[in-house]
Amino acid sequence: MNYTLRVWRQDGPAAEGRLVDYEVDGITPDMSFLEALDLLNERLVLDGEEPVAFDHDCREGICGMCGLMIDGVAHGPQRATTTCQLHMRSFDPAHPVVVEPWRAHPFPVVRDLVVDRSALDRIVEAGGYISAPTGSAPEAHAVPVPKPDADEAFESAACIGCGACVAACPNGSASLFTAAKVTHLGLLPQGQPERTSRARDMAQAQDDLGFGGCTQTGECTAVCPKGIPLETISRMNRDVLGGLLRSR
Amino acid sequence: MALKSVPARPPESRTTVGRLWSSTVGKKAVMAVSGAVLLLYVVAHMVGNLKAFAGQESIDGYSAFLREFGQPILPHGGLLWIVRTALLVAVAAHMTAAIQLARRARRARPAGYERRPKVQGSYAARTMRWGGVIIALFVVYHLLDLTAGVLNPHGVQGEVHSNIVADFQRWYVVLAYTVAVVALGFHLRHGIYSGLRSLGVASAARAKAVKATALGVSVAITAGFLSVPFAVLFGIVR
Amino acid sequence: MSHYREGAPITDTRAPDGPLETRWERRRFDARLVNPANRRKLKVIVVGTGLAGGSAAATLGELGYQVTSFCYQDSPRRAHSIAAQGGINAAKNYRGDGDSVHRLFHDTVKGGDFRSRESNVHRLAEVSTQIIDQCVAQGVPFAREYGGLLDTRSFGGAQVSRTFYARGQTGQQLLLGAYQALARQIHAGTVRSHPRTEMLDLIVDGGRARGVVVRDLVTGEISSHLADAVVLATGGYGNVFHLSTNAKGCNTTAIWRAHKRGAYLANPCFTQIHPTCIPVSGDHQSKLTLMSESLRNDGRVWVPQQAGDPRAPGDIPEDERDYYLERLYPGFGNLVPRDIASRAAKAVCDAGRGVGPGGLGVYLDFADAITRLGRAAVEAKYGNLFEMYQRITDEDPYAVPMRIYPAVHYTMGGLWVDYDLRSTIPGLFVIGEANFSDHGANRLGASALMQGLADGYFVLPAVIGDYLADGPFGEVSAESVDEAEDSVRAVVAALLAVDGDRTAESFHRELGKLMWDLCGMERGDEGLRTALARIPELRSEFWRRVKVTGSGDRLNQELEKAGRVADFLELAELMCVDALHRTESCGGHFRVESQTAEGDARRDDDAFSYVAAWEHTPAGPVLHREDLVFETVKPTVRSYR
Ligand SMILES: Cc1cc2nc3c(=O)[nH]c(=O)nc-3n(C[C@H](O)[C@H](O)[C@H](O)COP(=O)(O)OP(=O)(O)OC[C@H]3O[C@@H](n4cnc5c(N)ncnc54)[C@H](O)[C@@H]3O)c2cc1C
Ligand code: HEM
Ligand code: SF4
Ligand code: FES
Repeated sequence: MNYTLRVWRQDGPAAEGRLVDYEVDGITPDMSFLEALDLLNERLVLDGEEPVAFDHDCREGICGMCGLMIDGVAHGPQRATTTCQLHMRSFDPAHPVVVEPWRAHPFPVVRDLVVDRSALDRIVEAGGYISAPTGSAPEAHAVPVPKPDADEAFESAACIGCGACVAACPNGSASLFTAAKVTHLGLLPQGQPERTSRARDMAQAQDDLGFGGCTQTGECTAVCPKGIPLETISRMNRDVLGGLLRSR
Repeated sequence: MALKSVPARPPESRTTVGRLWSSTVGKKAVMAVSGAVLLLYVVAHMVGNLKAFAGQESIDGYSAFLREFGQPILPHGGLLWIVRTALLVAVAAHMTAAIQLARRARRARPAGYERRPKVQGSYAARTMRWGGVIIALFVVYHLLDLTAGVLNPHGVQGEVHSNIVADFQRWYVVLAYTVAVVALGFHLRHGIYSGLRSLGVASAARAKAVKATALGVSVAITAGFLSVPFAVLFGIVR
Repeated sequence: MSHYREGAPITDTRAPDGPLETRWERRRFDARLVNPANRRKLKVIVVGTGLAGGSAAATLGELGYQVTSFCYQDSPRRAHSIAAQGGINAAKNYRGDGDSVHRLFHDTVKGGDFRSRESNVHRLAEVSTQIIDQCVAQGVPFAREYGGLLDTRSFGGAQVSRTFYARGQTGQQLLLGAYQALARQIHAGTVRSHPRTEMLDLIVDGGRARGVVVRDLVTGEISSHLADAVVLATGGYGNVFHLSTNAKGCNTTAIWRAHKRGAYLANPCFTQIHPTCIPVSGDHQSKLTLMSESLRNDGRVWVPQQAGDPRAPGDIPEDERDYYLERLYPGFGNLVPRDIASRAAKAVCDAGRGVGPGGLGVYLDFADAITRLGRAAVEAKYGNLFEMYQRITDEDPYAVPMRIYPAVHYTMGGLWVDYDLRSTIPGLFVIGEANFSDHGANRLGASALMQGLADGYFVLPAVIGDYLADGPFGEVSAESVDEAEDSVRAVVAALLAVDGDRTAESFHRELGKLMWDLCGMERGDEGLRTALARIPELRSEFWRRVKVTGSGDRLNQELEKAGRVADFLELAELMCVDALHRTESCGGHFRVESQTAEGDARRDDDAFSYVAAWEHTPAGPVLHREDLVFETVKPTVRSYR
């Protein structure tokens, strides 16, 4: 089959970018979206052109490395699915497929479809952990964790850090990402001592890095490949406010 | 790769309000609380308006009662001025925060996408900023109309009933009020929903309840407010 | 013609002797310590941020060393450990089902087909229990039972239930635990993190590993980082086969270039082929997806009896189906170990009875399970896997049997290390899948996560001080640094200069097919010799015809790929040499010449009870044998008939 891929090309962070149309034939419905880009790239290389840069690694929906804005939807048309798990059968060859990078001020474009998401690491570094130095751990069964809490913590811990929530958010907010971590750790007994300071520090880092504030539009959850619920943000707000009401 | 680092920040404020104001989450909480103050006022206002259905004495008496409340401890109109001050502070806080957050959001998402299909969130969520502006403009007009009486055909302070009846006999005034009140309804629907989340009240278990409350309250307020102008227009209240 | 020369055997592995049970304790006690004030003056480089590297860097940072960490992804959290699904073993015996450190040790030695070291495996089993404690304290959300205690499941043929898990995302949750510990140290300033940075060479000076040459993948800048010790935790090289369950970026570059600098590479031919992966769908397939082994608990594997049967699976009557695993291995049925299930699938497909495109697939049928347990129960157990399958293949596994085929999954081989995880280059430590590991010739399910975290959290931090106690090691000579940097620059320049007419990807595909056909699930003398003739040709063709567009001074993914393929083209040859020299079958290494009448693997303990550690020399590989001694577990024949 023949598809038109309308792809954002940008040489570097400071360069001007533009959309370029590529006709790619020989695409089969079983091909993944990234394999279609692979195909395009092999042809570009043989033509002596530079291939389209895009991030990917595991190609099974877990590493969070891939992430493209496809026809204006982060990770494309299929819900709860990362870009690498999309298949060409989800696309209609009659229309060009528009492929753009994540756009947000804290995610500068590195090249073509590759952006710098290291701001998300900075948010975690600000407090997204339980301080448990190696060797200091008590016996694992010393503290039972109620199954519902463990399960809910897991749901939030499933975030893959892809940044789709930021890309989709009209405010450029990273609240869903941050809230997922705050919720994961805040639900576990081991996470209690640092619960409010963690939330506050992470929220602070998010502000300092230039992300926007949350207005509960719900765009983030709609594109989140792991279905992190909007309620996590409410829980984060509670913990952040708890932290802010107290002086350090 | 040169890493994006967290920029240095000024030392943190020693006051709780200062700390809240310097954080987006805190600022949203300020908006939620000031919004709640406004909401309480709006509810009281709406309930008060319904007295129009009970006849001239009822609503004019109510207006007088509000002005005389607390005398002699409070001066004439004292309560009203306390309420007005609170509202003014709330509106100022609410608007300033809204503007600051909107500007921050614009900086965070400076570029749009080439193709952007219909967004996922609700209509109410997307219209908060413009809805707020419409409401603010309306409030100015509304004060000039029914409080100061400058823009009112009858325009006599204290003669609330006559002012209202004079006003709403003209369809375009009713239309203006309708637009504003519907805008308010939308604003409140997402506002209540969002405000409860800003304050961290909406757990997964309560998500449905939060949504239903927001819808119920905003529909009730919209209907309550609209009942009076339409009742006048259709001659039910005269 | 011989493809290698013999070198001196390795006699000292630094493991204490005496009773097995107390060796690790004694080693820890004997290891010299570095006092906290001195630790601050010592620099350690950790390459890799997977379970092994992430946990090591975090722990070394906590101890107060100055740590520098590298990974090629854009965040340390994305290392390939993230993709592990099934679980992690630990001898906690929470079930009271008779598990113990000794049993885990025993199972692992046997599972490795008696090609691993007893001392190492015992230590691994001992440390396993601490791993679970550590991870729980960090907030890893393991599955729990209603009472709030940790749940476990059984895995990979073990008779006890010792596998801890977090849904089908155990690797992700463990890695995020390590990543968060690492983030804490980055924040504290003890660890400096360099994502999107690829190690391209090792700096050896005065006989010690003293640093690495790296390329910043965004700016293209090539620079050196110096330290008192270097730790490689760069994962496995399964991508030498092009198609595997590994992430696209997994590579051999770091360990291969260290090998060329003098580190021995052990048992490179030991690769694990996982039986349950989604089959290849076309030529442009870029990777293979694993379907958890747990599916074999309820799915039945079969192929049509008649070769080339064109009917849809549902139209093939019961008596014309061959449930070959149940037929051949009535005792274990569909639950035979990975190597056996994989080979059996290959055998039926080679006989023309495979199903699906190209005949490379067998059915994994849940019809019986759905009848027996009900659709809801099957969905509760495997729902997410079925969904993943459907998404990839567009087939509904509730209605049509799944199609599966074996795929390369894990590499048991890697850089040779002693008991203290030291390679043959002083100051170069190797941990995780990158070393030749504790898994012998076959890894048991849920043991790689255990090994990565054991190495990173507990073993390396306990023994590295013994080496560093002699440091700091002073200035590194400018010549050594320049020489390493120049050689990296030369390789980059050479790749860009060829300007040929084939993509790096096309060479990778060709190499992968060659390796899969000739050095894959079955290896024979003739095939390996063919491969050994073909690989050098392919390599020279690569250097004549590869086309890399763009330049070296910015993000250039084509250049990255070409560099990795160039190293695979060298490693592949050593794998074939290793496979050719080991004329026995053991674990994942199946030599057609060495099988029983029934087609099972036949080990040759008299001739091959050793680790093959290869030294790189300009004149070709040199074999150093490290004899394996079994004092506690006596080698027996693994039979599942
Ligand atoms: C699909 C799948 C499922 C699995 N399931 C299980 C399971 O259920 N249980 C189990 O026990 N095991 C499982 N395994 C095996 C296990 O996941 C791996 O063996 C283990 O995670 C390897 O960890 P590691 O830390 O050694 O390496 P990795 O996690 O692969 O990390 C390698 C690191 O090195 C870095 N790196 C590599 N090369 C370079 C370079 N040249 N320069 C700089 N950095 C570099 C990478 O960026 C990365 O950070 C599975 C494996 C796969 C592929
Ligand atoms: C003056 C102009 C106004 C502007 C610019 C404005 C703007 C906003 C904005 C941007 C929000 C944030 C909602 C979100 O999360 O997206 C908000 C919330 C809210 N507004 Fe207004 N508003 C205005 C007037 C009013 C008035 C007059 C009322 C009540 C009568 C009101 C009641 C509320 C309430 C209850 C909330 C919820 C608070 C929260 O979101 O946390 N607003 N407003
Ligand atoms: S919350 Fe969802 S969309 Fe956001 S980073 Fe995590 S997985 Fe991606
Ligand atoms: S490439 Fe890993 S999630 Fe898509």
